[in-house]
Amino acid sequence: MDFLNTHLLSLILFVPTIAALVMLFLPSGETKLLRWFAFSASLIPFVLTLILWRNFDPDVTGFQFQEIYPWYEALNSSLHLGVDGISISMVLLTTLLTPLAILASFSVTDRVKPYMMLFLFLETGMLGVFMSLDLLIFFVFWEIGLVPMYFLINQWGSANRDYASLKFMIYTMGGSLGLLLAVQMLGVLFGTYDLVALYERWNSLSADSMLLGMSVHTVKTIAFWAFAVAFAVKVPLWPFHTWLPDAHTEAPTAGSMILAGVLLKLGAYGFLRLVLPFYPLEAKIFAGALAFLAVAAIVFGAFAAYGQTDFKRLVAYSSVNHMGFVVLGIAAAGLAAGTTDAHIAMDGAVLQMFNHGLSAAGMFFLVGVIYERTHTRNLEEFGGLFPLVPVYGGILIFMSMASLGLPGLNGFVSEFMVVRGAYPVLTVYTAISMLGLLFTGAYILKGIMKVLHGPVNEHWAHGDHKLTEINTREIFVVVPLMALILVIGLWPAWILEVINKAVVALF
Amino acid sequence: MFTPVMFASILPEILILALAVILLCVEPFWKADQRRNAGWLTAGGLFAAIIVSLLFGQPGEPAAVFGNMIRFDWLGFFFKILFMFAAAVTALLLMDHEKVGQRGEAYLLLLASLLGMNLMAVSADLIMLYLAIETASIPLYILAGFLLADDRSTEAGFKYLLFGTLASTVMLYGFSLIFGFAGTTNIYQLAEMFVGGDISALLAFGVFALVIVGLGFKLAIVPFQFWAPDVYQGSPTPIAGFLSTASKAAGFAVAVRFFIVAFPSFAPSWTLIFAALAAITMTVGNLLAISQTNIKRLLAYSSIAHAGYALIGVVAFSQLGAASVVFYLAAYIATNLLAFGVVMAFSRVAGSDEITDYAGMSRRNPWLALMMLAAFLSLAGMPPFGGFVAKVFVFAAGVKANYTWLVIVGILNSIIGVYYYLNTMKYVYLYRMPNEDEENRPVSLTRPYAIALAILTIGVILVGTVFAPWFSWSDAAALNLF
Amino acid sequence: MNFPILSIITFLPMVAAVIMLMIPANRKTEVRGVALATATVDLLLSGWVYLQYLLGHLTGYQFVEQYDWLPALGISLKFGVDGMSAPLVLLTGIVMFTGVLISWGEYDEAHHLSAGIQDRPREFFAFLFLLAGGVFGVFVSLDLFMLFFFYEIAVFPMYLLIAIWGWVKTREYAAMKLTLYLFIGSVVSLVGALVMYWTQYQNTGILSFDMIQMESAGFSASFQYIWFLPVFIGFAVLGGMWPFHNWSPDGHVAAPTAVSMFHAGVLMKLGAFAALRVGVMLLPEGAKQWSWLIMAFAGIAVVYGAYIAFVQTDMKYMIGFSSVSHMGLVVLGVSTLNHNGLVGAGVQMFSHGVMTALFFAITGMIYDRSHTRQIPELGGIAKVMPFATIGFIIGGLVSMGMPGFSGFVAEFPIFMGVWGRQWMLAVVASISIIITAAYIMMNIRKVFFSPMPEEIQKHHIGDITMLDKIAIATLCFFMIIIGMFPSVMVPMVERGVENILRLLGGA
Repeated sequence: MDFLNTHLLSLILFVPTIAALVMLFLPSGETKLLRWFAFSASLIPFVLTLILWRNFDPDVTGFQFQEIYPWYEALNSSLHLGVDGISISMVLLTTLLTPLAILASFSVTDRVKPYMMLFLFLETGMLGVFMSLDLLIFFVFWEIGLVPMYFLINQWGSANRDYASLKFMIYTMGGSLGLLLAVQMLGVLFGTYDLVALYERWNSLSADSMLLGMSVHTVKTIAFWAFAVAFAVKVPLWPFHTWLPDAHTEAPTAGSMILAGVLLKLGAYGFLRLVLPFYPLEAKIFAGALAFLAVAAIVFGAFAAYGQTDFKRLVAYSSVNHMGFVVLGIAAAGLAAGTTDAHIAMDGAVLQMFNHGLSAAGMFFLVGVIYERTHTRNLEEFGGLFPLVPVYGGILIFMSMASLGLPGLNGFVSEFMVVRGAYPVLTVYTAISMLGLLFTGAYILKGIMKVLHGPVNEHWAHGDHKLTEINTREIFVVVPLMALILVIGLWPAWILEVINKAVVALF
Repeated sequence: MFTPVMFASILPEILILALAVILLCVEPFWKADQRRNAGWLTAGGLFAAIIVSLLFGQPGEPAAVFGNMIRFDWLGFFFKILFMFAAAVTALLLMDHEKVGQRGEAYLLLLASLLGMNLMAVSADLIMLYLAIETASIPLYILAGFLLADDRSTEAGFKYLLFGTLASTVMLYGFSLIFGFAGTTNIYQLAEMFVGGDISALLAFGVFALVIVGLGFKLAIVPFQFWAPDVYQGSPTPIAGFLSTASKAAGFAVAVRFFIVAFPSFAPSWTLIFAALAAITMTVGNLLAISQTNIKRLLAYSSIAHAGYALIGVVAFSQLGAASVVFYLAAYIATNLLAFGVVMAFSRVAGSDEITDYAGMSRRNPWLALMMLAAFLSLAGMPPFGGFVAKVFVFAAGVKANYTWLVIVGILNSIIGVYYYLNTMKYVYLYRMPNEDEENRPVSLTRPYAIALAILTIGVILVGTVFAPWFSWSDAAALNLF
Repeated sequence: MNFPILSIITFLPMVAAVIMLMIPANRKTEVRGVALATATVDLLLSGWVYLQYLLGHLTGYQFVEQYDWLPALGISLKFGVDGMSAPLVLLTGIVMFTGVLISWGEYDEAHHLSAGIQDRPREFFAFLFLLAGGVFGVFVSLDLFMLFFFYEIAVFPMYLLIAIWGWVKTREYAAMKLTLYLFIGSVVSLVGALVMYWTQYQNTGILSFDMIQMESAGFSASFQYIWFLPVFIGFAVLGGMWPFHNWSPDGHVAAPTAVSMFHAGVLMKLGAFAALRVGVMLLPEGAKQWSWLIMAFAGIAVVYGAYIAFVQTDMKYMIGFSSVSHMGLVVLGVSTLNHNGLVGAGVQMFSHGVMTALFFAITGMIYDRSHTRQIPELGGIAKVMPFATIGFIIGGLVSMGMPGFSGFVAEFPIFMGVWGRQWMLAVVASISIIITAAYIMMNIRKVFFSPMPEEIQKHHIGDITMLDKIAIATLCFFMIIIGMFPSVMVPMVERGVENILRLLGGA
């Protein structure tokens, strides 16, 4: 038991990889075995995360469950793992969504083995980002997650997958280029990559010292934007978001779930873990710019979603819209650092990350469910399906409401907190973002209307095309999400407490 | 009084003479188809002579013997061994030459020429030197024109004779001038006579020019090289090989001794002349070699170029320089003989010396192709063959003597060399015969070729890898010059 | 340690070459058997040396053997490895082993497939092994004369190997170009070496080619200033340094597969290694004076090479130019003259060697089966050669510097080193990462995953052989293990770098 406690994080992190390597030796023909193996393997990290959550002490400041293993000694970089209240919620989100995504992928029949292996690798990549307390390791996992995702889209995606996957890859790598350079610069300047050490040294630089022949302020400004752009691409913020609708639309269902549910959070997490602690001053100076981008994402995301005729693209743009709130919260927190407003905004942002992970994954899954049956995502070809598939219809409406921010469900809590925190400091932006919120309602209702209501499209009612109801396995995928959505909507304290203590300690 | 030192000093020559006498006596009793055995006899005899000389004829402290006519030292001794080795191998290569191999007098002439060369290497007196040069040259005039039915061979012999006599006459005139100024013909006494600036620079230059003309002919350096391609191409291939190796080396033996010993005080001027000649020789030789289509002409130009490289060592005017020349010549003799040997072996079967006819040779006889590869790579200056180490030593001597520009010229030239040597190997390995039926047209080697080529190949590799003993001999040879 | 392991490693291939030549030409299987046995023994021995050095935490030159070769001129056969050269010895062992495997060339009746070397394998392997012996010799030589000796031995078999067994269309031209470039480079360096030799003699009265001796030869600053460039650039020509890189892609394209592997995998390292060992280590002051120029050249090579690779349509040209780019990184690392850059250069030499060997091996396998290397004409290889596909992808990830693979471990410190010298250059050079990612990804998706063109289908492409798979797996193993655990290589490279830094005077 002692081993388990001291190595909890590394176990969570590497169990998926080990499972993937074991899968390498399983026969490729036995699809059933492969599916169940992958699913059970992905449950292990989830169970371990529950133990982690139970043993986690929110009252302790700083990072818990720390583990350090030497990795790249020449560069003073080590595999330093640890979690605080912010990252543990992200870890929970990841370990929860992965089994669900794998369960949702049971319908995949083409090359099951590599598919499942890639998913497990992907999980390690994502978890690594959330857990690492070393800048270089952070970057390693940050980049490494790209590869499985690229191949998931490229190999198991739909018609336009080639274009979408390459765009995804190049955008994200291009975005990380600045990050890479900035990481290198930090490494050169301080000779260490340990986040805790860097926080201190970076911020204790006297303002008038010179770095690389430039003033500290200039260097920090450049580095700030290098970081910010990398994360903004991933979040994605307007105008760096254009890869997202393509990638989401073309990815396989489970890929979209993970992409929206977890991968986008990596960007936001980067802002929280790196940008704000490293550049409090710059974050304050450039909060307006960030907020502008965030509001643009909210408003344009909503407008764009409204204009879509492709169901999946609609949901994809809704992600742009929702993630805008996260960044708005971060911008507000950066501007008002240290105040209660900041804490509220930040709490909201983190919770919004978690919530969006749940609802977006759910939405994409539901889109996938209907796509598998109809092989179309065109909203115009649906219509009046509610009587045909009442259970599915009910679930879809529930999910949409969560996304819309209906009070009583989770989305409301977090968006309210963001707005509440941001309003005093970024009044105008917040007001404009409300406009976006209005359109959020509009496009979600439009989506529901086009799919479930209106005149029945007879095509789906009879014969070969007859639409079948959502099956048990699929219900099993979506029920945990719905449950959590409801729980957080009604009683958010259990998770907010954890987040809030970390936020207060950090900012 | 005939002392043991005197005996030892001419031991190789005695052995060669004895061999020639034996040959003369035995040869008439052989039937026509047995006459090629003269080759076995000559080669065997010479190898035996080398061993005997190494055992009993090694020089100790340098000594002047026979009335200061002959200098008994390592320089001469090492060159003698080289000459005898070259002659032995040439004898083996001659054996299966269609028109020459059956004729006993060819071997006899070879031995006569060898005798002359040996004496060239040890002559300490201008008169002796001149006699030795003529002794070495006259049999070669005959051998070059040995193929009476072949116009090219006749032309080669006659050309060689004409230019040879002209050059040696000029040189003789130079010698007489030297005698006029110095009043002595002894090379070792000349140095003292010329030291005090008794002679104007212009006159000295004239003397050098005259001597260099004569030697330049022997060395086949530009601008005295024009006979070489025609003569090499026309004469029987093994003789061409002998001409391009032993005869050239003999010239160097004289050049090293004569200039370094007799004119140290004029070193700045004659090294400069030689430096210029070396640069021109290398460049002209290599550039003209590029466009050759006949392999013997190619080798002729390449051997011109090699004389240029070796001259760098003379130019360096140091013990290392002299040692590097000697070493270079050792490596060069083995290498070039190997090249000519391969050419001989191939043309005997294929009946052609055109480079294009070498297409597909590696499939006709892989071993012969490998030996040719070894020879050509060694010529190009690639390890692990002798050519590489030799070049490095010569260049090292050049750099040490601050003749870096000359070394750079040499290096540029070896690049040209790499180009045409490798281009030739392309025919051997890459191209195929018109009908692609190489397997049915093997190039078989007779025993003398196999032995000669194997010895040479091993020699080339040994010089290139285990170079310490060869170098220490070369160094010993150079030691007494300064 | 009296066992002369380095001599055995060096001379074993040469002995084997002679033995192979003794075998009658028609006994091809025996020839191949001897080749494989030798390669295996050499791989094991070099691996043993590597592990001894690594696990024994050895420093400085180890396994030193010295035999007086020509005492009169101070030439000795002196062998030894340090942290810089031991990985390269291992690399040579790996490339030799895999090169033999993929050249095995048993005629495949079922597929009418003539992969590998069918024509005169005896001579092929003999020349290849002579080359390998020369390469080993350069890496272990501690004597400048012997270094040149082996260096030239490594150069000339290249001509024959390319001219005889190369690609019919360009082999004569490419082989001659390559040989002349390399020969010119090496003789230019040779002049420099001879000058150094005599200057040492003037300064100290010691007549020796021993490089350790020469380190303290007391070359004056002006001397070093004059002679550094010829020596360094002469060697760096073989390293494919811009603007003297032109021979390299042509050579790659024309060479048969195993020779391309040797060429890119090992020979180019020879140039970089010798430039480091002779140029930088013996003329440190000159290196400091000229590093700006070398750095500029390398910076251009990195970006230019990547860009030219990007526009190629022939796979081998693409890889050839990518080698220029990656070797540019090596030279860039060397030119920084600081700890990080040199460590990175050391690792990059190994990483790039394994990676390009893999690339060329797979390209060769594809070409043997489809008879084309034109990227637009290829497609659908993944379906028929899945194992090769995975190998190529892993190689691609290494190539683009993806974290978790050896490329990242190598490139990251190089960039850090550049940051320490000239941060602008780091920013500019990093563009190459994106370009590399783009062309690798586009190549992978076109060649391996696009639908198979009809032209190619006619050839009834089959899967690769077991030997090919072993070769690919071996190469991939090293790329992943170093990427995951940098400490299997970096610490020993660091110890080699310490020595260089000592010569550079701290820094």
